[in-house]
Amino acid sequence: MESSRMPRHGSRRYLPKVGLLERVGLRDMDGWLTFSALGLLVCSIYTLAQTGAEVVAGTPEYFPQRQAVYGLVGIVAMIAIARIDYSRFRELRVGIYTFLCASILIIFVFGVTSRGSTQSLSLPFFTFQPAEMGKLLLVLSLAGFVIDGARRGLESQRTLRYLAIGLVPTGMVLLQDLGTSLVYGAITIAIMVAAGVRWSHFAVIGAGLITFIAVVLVAMPMAGVPVLKEYQQDRLTSFLSPTSDIGGAGYQQNQAKVAAGSGGTTGRGNQATQSRLGFVPERHTDFIFAVVAERYGFVGAALVLSLFALLFWRALRLMTLSKNFYGTLVAAGIASAIMFQVFVNVGMNLGIMPITGIPLPLMSYGGSAVIATFLMIGVLQSIHIQTRAGQRGPWSQ
Amino acid sequence: MRIEPVFTKPKYRKGTALRVAVIGGLGIVLFAALFLRLWSLQVVTGSEYLAEAKDNQTREVTVRAPRGSILDRDGNILVDNRTSMALELDPLLIPTDPIERRSRFTALAEVLSRDLSWVQNRYQEELKTNPPGSPITLLRDADDDIVYYLQEKQSSYPEVLVNRVFVRRYPDSYRAAHLLGSVGEVSAEDLEEAENRNLKAGDSLGKAGIEQTYDRILRGENGLTRIQVDSLGRVTGQLQSKVPEPGDSLRLTIDPEVQAAGEAALSSIGLPGAFVTMDVTNGEILGMASNPTFDPSIFTKPLSQEEVDGLWGEDQNAPMFNRAIGGAYPVGSVYKPITAIAGLDAGAITPSTVIQDNGLIKISDQVFTNAGREPHGPVDLRRAMEVSSDVYFYLLGADLNGTGKLQYWSRQFGIGETTGIDLPGESGGLLPTPSWRNDLFARGETDRPWAVGDNVQLAIGQGDMQADPLQMAVAYAALGNGGSIVKPHTVLRSEDAAGRVVAEYQPVINRTIEINPVAREAIMGGLHDAAQAPDGTSYGVFGGFPIRVAGKTGTAERPPNGDQAWYVILAPYPSPEIVTAVTVEQGGFGADTAAPIALQVLSAYFNREARAVSGGGNAE
Repeated sequence: MESSRMPRHGSRRYLPKVGLLERVGLRDMDGWLTFSALGLLVCSIYTLAQTGAEVVAGTPEYFPQRQAVYGLVGIVAMIAIARIDYSRFRELRVGIYTFLCASILIIFVFGVTSRGSTQSLSLPFFTFQPAEMGKLLLVLSLAGFVIDGARRGLESQRTLRYLAIGLVPTGMVLLQDLGTSLVYGAITIAIMVAAGVRWSHFAVIGAGLITFIAVVLVAMPMAGVPVLKEYQQDRLTSFLSPTSDIGGAGYQQNQAKVAAGSGGTTGRGNQATQSRLGFVPERHTDFIFAVVAERYGFVGAALVLSLFALLFWRALRLMTLSKNFYGTLVAAGIASAIMFQVFVNVGMNLGIMPITGIPLPLMSYGGSAVIATFLMIGVLQSIHIQTRAGQRGPWSQ
Repeated sequence: MRIEPVFTKPKYRKGTALRVAVIGGLGIVLFAALFLRLWSLQVVTGSEYLAEAKDNQTREVTVRAPRGSILDRDGNILVDNRTSMALELDPLLIPTDPIERRSRFTALAEVLSRDLSWVQNRYQEELKTNPPGSPITLLRDADDDIVYYLQEKQSSYPEVLVNRVFVRRYPDSYRAAHLLGSVGEVSAEDLEEAENRNLKAGDSLGKAGIEQTYDRILRGENGLTRIQVDSLGRVTGQLQSKVPEPGDSLRLTIDPEVQAAGEAALSSIGLPGAFVTMDVTNGEILGMASNPTFDPSIFTKPLSQEEVDGLWGEDQNAPMFNRAIGGAYPVGSVYKPITAIAGLDAGAITPSTVIQDNGLIKISDQVFTNAGREPHGPVDLRRAMEVSSDVYFYLLGADLNGTGKLQYWSRQFGIGETTGIDLPGESGGLLPTPSWRNDLFARGETDRPWAVGDNVQLAIGQGDMQADPLQMAVAYAALGNGGSIVKPHTVLRSEDAAGRVVAEYQPVINRTIEINPVAREAIMGGLHDAAQAPDGTSYGVFGGFPIRVAGKTGTAERPPNGDQAWYVILAPYPSPEIVTAVTVEQGGFGADTAAPIALQVLSAYFNREARAVSGGGNAE
């Protein structure tokens, strides 16, 4: 597929003029990747615009407008980061990792509490969630440490080192927000899988994880040390027995499920009473997929899912295309982060996963998440651009 | 020359392809799971969820039907409705945490100027009777300033709902209070009754009087509105509705002037008592009142302790009690016409039989005297009625003992049984018979068996016998109309909201008794003389009355209380249209207290009939 395009690139090489697209590096970006990301952003803004009046009475344009602004900022950030050779991040791994840990720690000091969890910093124009940006930072630094230490120590020592590097920020985020920390964990595991850690080591990690969960969820509460916050416990127990608390978390999830189901094949449009009348909670953030499913039916929801599938496929493809192994690991981390979030969020909207407060990338309203996701896609674009550049030879730039 | 690009093949590590495949495979599995779930949820079971979603958004709200009005004979409003604001609590917004709930209730109690316990009691009571999830009525008729205050501070009292409800309005406050009765919120026990199966908690139900008897007519049928609500239960739209059907109105037989005159006269006497005025031919009640009375409008709100004490307190003389149909009193000389008819039928006397009245008589070692031992000399039946000779009737009672005739005729005239009037709470009184007393004695509940003295006492309406004014009115009506025992009733017809007649009451004659016309004429003549001949017992009251009447006083000993005053009058004489029965507790001599009340009532009646009446009120 790539080789078939080669003549076109070859002939271009002789053109004396360098177009604007080349100059900003857009020409060598992955078109399908860009398409899927922009498509999801459009879907998000469209949905928010159609349902804005129901969420914020009086100013229906509030959410779509702000989401559009976040999207624009994200697109600019994507282009900017795409122009940087992602391999530079490998060299900066220690700095990035330090910044990651510091930005999470600062929340404990200056954090703003919202909806039972503290994970935002109040900045002049919006509240910023460092943990969202941290997903990318973890990918970039962990992949760097993996490459750096690839030949040092025993295999088991290396596995432990990767795990430790990943678990420090995961553990710190866990104290702030369960959902985000699960994403961190997924990133750590995905990069380790891509790095070639032995399957037997994963078996040991899995066993350790099960023990840990058993201690945290069963043994420690029994000993009188609550680990999960009350709202986290509510969500988990209500998922396990959804009818136990009408009006509580299980009720909300059930309402989201009813909303999604009632959409049918083609959706209910403006008759979408479940979301319109507020039976669906968090319509613009965590449960936006249920809103899409109710308003636009299977057709609309499947379109959104297909865009995510496309995005995932393009990210996966970059793992094999990347000019170096660092790119493979970064692509693996980003692809897994997006995949994990989509599965958990959509699964929660459709009633097959518990409520964990993970936003749907690019769809859920929220500046930090939208910009952070575009940055991730920017890094993927960088991998693509660098691959293309490498394919064309060093002089084409 | 073309320079071939340097083509750097990506360098795979050993096993990387497998790792990519694992991550990609996992991704495919997860996406497949999501697509499959989406498919099954939306396309396969979508219609079920659609039904659930539609069900979710609608609430059924009862639209209460306005209760029918009650009008008097002329169409004046006795009771209708006004709208008022009811305070309700949304059960979903009441905190489940008892401490938090307590603090909410405390704040609410303060606004309502009530105790915390009052709010809690209301809440608990309503929870018991209401179906789960329905609004809890805290206060049915809230004052405007409380409503406005709560609506302004809606955010501080999110659980409070304000609903428009119908509340009974009584334009003439006390007018006909005992007749009308009261309306109250349906109770748990009410709901268990089969005839109330259409009622729901929060509905109103007639609890006394006409409101109770004709509840089904007045009630109407509640409507239903299906409204669309959001997740917080706020109304966002109306879907479809069933319009409430207002209850039918009732046109009563009550004559407003007779009623007003009777009530005014009763209250001016200031003693507990009652009056009934009835059409002798068909049993229509033209007026009925009981004293002391009450303000029915206080039942539109929960009663305060002060009001409860005022209604049921020990020294309040039971204002809620309708003495006209529920009072059980010895009737005294008012009873004598019944004794006379029994005596005539038994052949113990004829109208011309003359008895020497020396003021007292000895019957089986017991001395019975006239009032004040006053001798009346030789008296025949008519004269005995006129001067109310007790000796005449003592002898008759003694003669009739053992024949059962006195009891037979008493029963024929309705003594000892209810009249069947369309009002709840009627008493049948008591007709003493030998078997009744002998049974009591056999069970050891009295000190002696039946004796001739019992019949002697019954002959003048004394001793154990008891009756209420309505029973005496029905008995006298039979005398007046020639023998028809009418079924008294208070309702002429029912009308729909537009005033069209829905149903008309058909007068009922319970039974016809055979009264010898000669006997009737003698008795009526005696009653006429009693009222309007110079020696008559109530001549002082009715002597100057321009209409010829036939009326009998009664003064019954009612130990340990003072004498019970009675007056029953038929007018006009000799072909009466109406009967009025009056009784006054501790009223002394019948002509002093009871007869003047009857005079007021009759004046109002005949004034109204434009039969010129003037200066009839010489109550000397």
